[in-house]
Amino acid sequence: MEHLLEMRNLSIDLFRGKKQPPVKLVEGIDLNIDKKQTFGVVGESGCGKSITCSTLMGLLSFPLSVGKGSSIRFQRADGSEVELTNVSKAEMRRIRGKEISMIFQEPMTALDPMYTIEEQIQETLRFHTDMNRAQMHAAALEMLQKVKIPRAEEVLKDYPHHLSGGMLQRVMIAIALINNPRLLIADEPTTALDVTIQAQILDLMNDLRESYDTSVIMITHDLGVIAETCEQVAVFYAGQVIEQASVEAIFHEAAHPYTSGLLKSVTSLGGAQKELYAIRGTVPTAGNFSAGCRFADRCEYCEERCRAQVPPLVEIAPGHLCRCFLHPARKEGEA
Amino acid sequence: MKSFLETLRKLWADPMGKIGMIGVFLLIAMAICAPLLAPYPYDQIGMRFQPPSAEHIFGTDKFGRDIFSRVLYGAQVSIQVGVIAVGIGAVCGYLLGLVAGYFEGVVDRVIMCVMDVLFAFPSILLAIFISAVLGKGIGPTMVAIGIVNIPVFCRTVRAAVISAKGLEYVQNAKSVGVKTWPLLLHHISPNVVAPFTVQVTLALSGAILTEATLSFLGMGIQPPSPSWGSMLSEARADMARSPWVALFPLLFIVVTILIFNILGDSLRDVLDPKLKV
Repeated sequence: MEHLLEMRNLSIDLFRGKKQPPVKLVEGIDLNIDKKQTFGVVGESGCGKSITCSTLMGLLSFPLSVGKGSSIRFQRADGSEVELTNVSKAEMRRIRGKEISMIFQEPMTALDPMYTIEEQIQETLRFHTDMNRAQMHAAALEMLQKVKIPRAEEVLKDYPHHLSGGMLQRVMIAIALINNPRLLIADEPTTALDVTIQAQILDLMNDLRESYDTSVIMITHDLGVIAETCEQVAVFYAGQVIEQASVEAIFHEAAHPYTSGLLKSVTSLGGAQKELYAIRGTVPTAGNFSAGCRFADRCEYCEERCRAQVPPLVEIAPGHLCRCFLHPARKEGEA
Repeated sequence: MKSFLETLRKLWADPMGKIGMIGVFLLIAMAICAPLLAPYPYDQIGMRFQPPSAEHIFGTDKFGRDIFSRVLYGAQVSIQVGVIAVGIGAVCGYLLGLVAGYFEGVVDRVIMCVMDVLFAFPSILLAIFISAVLGKGIGPTMVAIGIVNIPVFCRTVRAAVISAKGLEYVQNAKSVGVKTWPLLLHHISPNVVAPFTVQVTLALSGAILTEATLSFLGMGIQPPSPSWGSMLSEARADMARSPWVALFPLLFIVVTILIFNILGDSLRDVLDPKLKV
């Protein structure tokens, strides 16, 4: 397997009762994550970004489940491959926190208020290594210094409420990276932080990614974060990937009307004050998707066939995938 | 341990909590020191139906036994039954609630269905039924009251577990590979402590009352062992002639229940984070 992680035809079902068919929250996701790559996943709230990544961690619970025919293959540290949709619970526990780690959106609530920072860092070590107390202490201390926490020795003894959001997010990163995972899933790691801290955390993640050779999946709705950190980007809309390309291609040659809409709605400092651009309407809820293109109702270029047929995800340029019927036509029309 | 002392301190600061704590302390002291405090053995027979006097401060019953001594020894029985019965109910209910709340699905449905069946019986009827099956005496009484208490604890714990399960730090702990039992023990259980503790205090008063009722009905503690309930039962026929025989055990039942309820209420105020200002 050449990639670190291969998702094939991933779908996630929402169980609605025995008599009704399940709703597909996410459908037909194909993604490849390479080694040492930072992969961005963008989209509005409710597009299925987060649950897709929870699936990787095996954290879906009733009424959610992985749909039939889905496959997620992951290359483990020892070179063997494992099918994450079909792995035993014990095996999954060995992978979690050791080979795949996750950083959550809200550092303030992601740490247990009952335990000190040291205890929470050691928890990860205890389950995945056979270090003794002194070694764990040393490892925790070293890790806190790596994530640039000042007076790390004292912070180890602190409880989560003693620390600020930025500091806690550093602790979260320390916990996620301490076992040197092969894949780090960052679920909106900077959303709950203020802007200056966001930049620091992103820098830190970039630095650590290089020194640890870890692949990162960066889930965000902030295109600025994507531009800053990612190499490949997948744009999610209503449970589907609607465009996937390198970060340059996404920013300079966005092909899908939704992606260009997202780009247009980014605010910038300076420049003339204009009314903020917004894509009209909202994301349709799962189960209410139209028969054709899921973006059709909100699309300014929508045609008849968009409502009738599902557009396939096609390669419009090398490495650039787009799910839109109108792509070449639209480009010509604009030119 | 630190938070335990903290809770006690807060409880002491609350006037009602203070009353409850002092009351429970006195009650326990009374039960433990019964052999020292009691002027007579609880089964020593003497003059019948003597009204309260300096010699017998609560008077004597129809066999001429000193009521004050019997009430003191009765406290022993009540507290013992209360604590052990609640212990049985709390431990079983806690484990079942933890399992039901965490695993959900079929396990949850089966456990909660059994609990609902237990709930459906009036508790006193269920206790009578169980002690009828198990037999009379102090042991079976404790088991019967314990079983009656299981569903309440199970419900309380299950609800707390379900709400704790969704907390982000529990998900996070799971995502770093923490195993199921450590997860339950270290990250979920602390969220259960507050409602659980309150339930324990309230169940104690309920258990003491149930014991008294069972004994009154002749199912629980058997003569000549002193139990407030059986004393009341024995006094029934002579109530018109010598009311003190019934009055004092009754008074102790009422005060004991009241004290545990006061303590439970104020413990709830102290432990409930939603009420904190």
